[in-house]
Amino acid sequence: MKEQEKDFVEETPAAVEGTPLTEAEQAEQDLREKRRKRNAIKARLRNLKGWVYLLPALVLLAAFTLWPIINTLRIAFLNGYNGLAEVGGATFAFGFQNFVNVVNFPDFLVCLRNTLLLTVITVPISTMLALLIAVALNSIKWLKKVYQTIFFLPYVTNAIAIGMVFNAMFGEVLINGTPLSIGIINSILGVFGIEPINWINVGSSTFNNMVVLIIYIVWNALPFKILVLLGGLQNVDKQYYDAAKVDGASRWRVFWRVTVPLLSPMITYVVITGFIGGFKEYTSVVGIFGDSMGAPAAPGSMNTMVGLIYDCIAKNNGGLAAAAALILFLIILVATIINLYVSKKKTHY
Amino acid sequence: MKVVLEHLTKIFPSRNKKEKNAEVVAVNDFNLEIPDGKLIGLLGPSGCGKSTTLYMISGLQPPTSGKIYFGEDDVTELAAENRGIGLVFQNYALYPHMTVQQNILFPLQNLKGENRLSKEEMLARANEAAKLVQIDEYMNRKPSELSGGQQQRVAIARALVKMPRVLLLDEPLSNLDARLRLQTREEIRRIQRDTGITTIFVTHDQEEAMSISDYIVVMKLGVIMQTGKPQWVYDDPANLFVAKFLGTPPINVFRGRIEGEKLYIGEEAVFETKGAEDQEVYVGIRPEGFVLDERGGLTCSVSGIDVMGRDVSVVSTNENSLNPVIRSIVSADEAGKVSAVGDVKFRLKENKVFIFNKETEARVYFGAQVAAHEAMLSAMKAEGEFYAFHEGPLPREADDASKQTQPEEKKGFTVSVKNFFGKIGAAFRKQPETPAENATAEDTPAESAENAAESADDATQTESEDKE
Repeated sequence: MKEQEKDFVEETPAAVEGTPLTEAEQAEQDLREKRRKRNAIKARLRNLKGWVYLLPALVLLAAFTLWPIINTLRIAFLNGYNGLAEVGGATFAFGFQNFVNVVNFPDFLVCLRNTLLLTVITVPISTMLALLIAVALNSIKWLKKVYQTIFFLPYVTNAIAIGMVFNAMFGEVLINGTPLSIGIINSILGVFGIEPINWINVGSSTFNNMVVLIIYIVWNALPFKILVLLGGLQNVDKQYYDAAKVDGASRWRVFWRVTVPLLSPMITYVVITGFIGGFKEYTSVVGIFGDSMGAPAAPGSMNTMVGLIYDCIAKNNGGLAAAAALILFLIILVATIINLYVSKKKTHY
Repeated sequence: MKVVLEHLTKIFPSRNKKEKNAEVVAVNDFNLEIPDGKLIGLLGPSGCGKSTTLYMISGLQPPTSGKIYFGEDDVTELAAENRGIGLVFQNYALYPHMTVQQNILFPLQNLKGENRLSKEEMLARANEAAKLVQIDEYMNRKPSELSGGQQQRVAIARALVKMPRVLLLDEPLSNLDARLRLQTREEIRRIQRDTGITTIFVTHDQEEAMSISDYIVVMKLGVIMQTGKPQWVYDDPANLFVAKFLGTPPINVFRGRIEGEKLYIGEEAVFETKGAEDQEVYVGIRPEGFVLDERGGLTCSVSGIDVMGRDVSVVSTNENSLNPVIRSIVSADEAGKVSAVGDVKFRLKENKVFIFNKETEARVYFGAQVAAHEAMLSAMKAEGEFYAFHEGPLPREADDASKQTQPEEKKGFTVSVKNFFGKIGAAFRKQPETPAENATAEDTPAESAENAAESADDATQTESEDKE
């Protein structure tokens, strides 16, 4: 096989020089030509086989991933796009009207602010907490598995269910419109002499709403981060700690100079995925505040970018939704690039 | 700094909670006084407790019992960071994210209070240490950009930079290739001489230990077998284990006996052993102790001749040899006389032949060896009394392990059996019942042998885990 390939790569010296060919040379060249063609067909068939194997996956990916992406791009740039109208045969002009409309949307700035705030606040907090908990988990022996399970529970619990529980914990429990209890959090705060705070009920401040949401998101983001960091910690060679001990490093220094740098690839990963997840935050708001996306009497005050996209879809305004999705995509892209740029300098692989 | 180990013992508890008695004695009543400013090699097969001993000196592992002194200070209870030791790990444990310079600076940056140096002093000290190990041109590289030998030197620099009282090296050469190993061991020797720091290193490679140590400590199953200058230990091994452990090619061991002050191997009388009592013995003959001689007392059948560089070794067999083949190093001229097949006769050099009692495996001195041994002992005393060897019965793997693994629940079983028999036989027996332990010995010997093998395995496992 190898020899054959060599054959048709090599050019016959006679052909190069352009001298007339003898009969034997001609026959040889014909044979070569034939062989080359046969090989080419064989190679093409082999290629085809590979494509056939890939086909099922490709079809699915094309239908459910690639086409939606392209379609979103297309829709975003069609002024006043409406899905139903398009089916009816309407055509739309190309332009940036959707983007202008989204930006001028009354809720747009609120959504953008909420999304950015939630991400910027929760990612550092949850990463640091996860790191501390992972280090603590790694250094205990007794009940380690039990704690691991406890910390991992939010990961396997339904987000809406958790949201409802949070709602019950922070909010007043109302029966037929009359408050029955002030909620367990306020009860606990009351033990320390703190007046009940209106976390999420009628008239609650945006700040209070945000605090509840942040607690929820941080708690919900912990398990995955702990899992990743704990896995990283278990791979750190114990000898580094022995060496640091012999060298007289304090616990604090060992943490910052040994543990954190050695974990930096994991931390980078957790931060980047955390940022992406943060920008896509949506279910937590629905879970706590319901589909009004805000405290009662202030609907939409806690809305996020993804919430905005859903709102647009609900109003059957696909063009706006697509434009909002593109804007969110750009934000995530920029944030991830910044993340990667920073981590390249700080991460040790 | 003199290092004294007093009755140092380390027992690892059994990991399996059911087998309460399956604990492993890694270091057993270890007594040693390491003189100031010397390079000491702890030598032994894997699982003999040498690394454990090193880690106990370092403070990373607490001893089960016993005391450790640095000079006059009792450091047994002192934490590793306060002992003033430098430790070089087997895999070096250099921080991969720090440059060479940061690695070397790390111990200095940890100093607190009045010990803390100014930044310039730290850099100066780090440079000094780097120069000492000849790594100063790579200060800004990461460990991953260095060769194994260079990493090793960085690790030594990091250990030296805080000016330790004692420098400890765990298998310092095992991760290097053969050529680098030769070079690095000379380097370690040089650095130790330059700094004059008492240095203890651990190795299972006898050649390594012999070549650079001032003194070696040969260990077996957590017990010191013999200590002394490498050449002394080689020339005058105290027991069969030491004789077998030192030397390449290894010593040739034969079954033999002493009868009427004559040494017999098989039916052949090899030579006279004046002053030795009649007994069954093992005869250890160093490869260089054979001389080709027609009138020699030892007959072996030749199976081949190996030429290894300038050495020629005659490979032969003898039915009384414990080694599968006998290797004897002879001069190239003489080797020409040996025919490739057939028998060959050897005369033995008496100072290269060591006789050991078959039971205790302890050395049996005879003839001129008695005086030679005395002379060596007095020479050692004159040099600093760093000599000791194990007296009394030697630890044996099987014995040791079976002692450790008399299982608790089995005892219960035997007791109940005993009670049963006790009740039946009470009428017949007049003497008081023997304690339960006696019954255990009779009880299923096969099983206890199995346990013994298991716990021996366990011992090696624990050891290797410690290293990891």
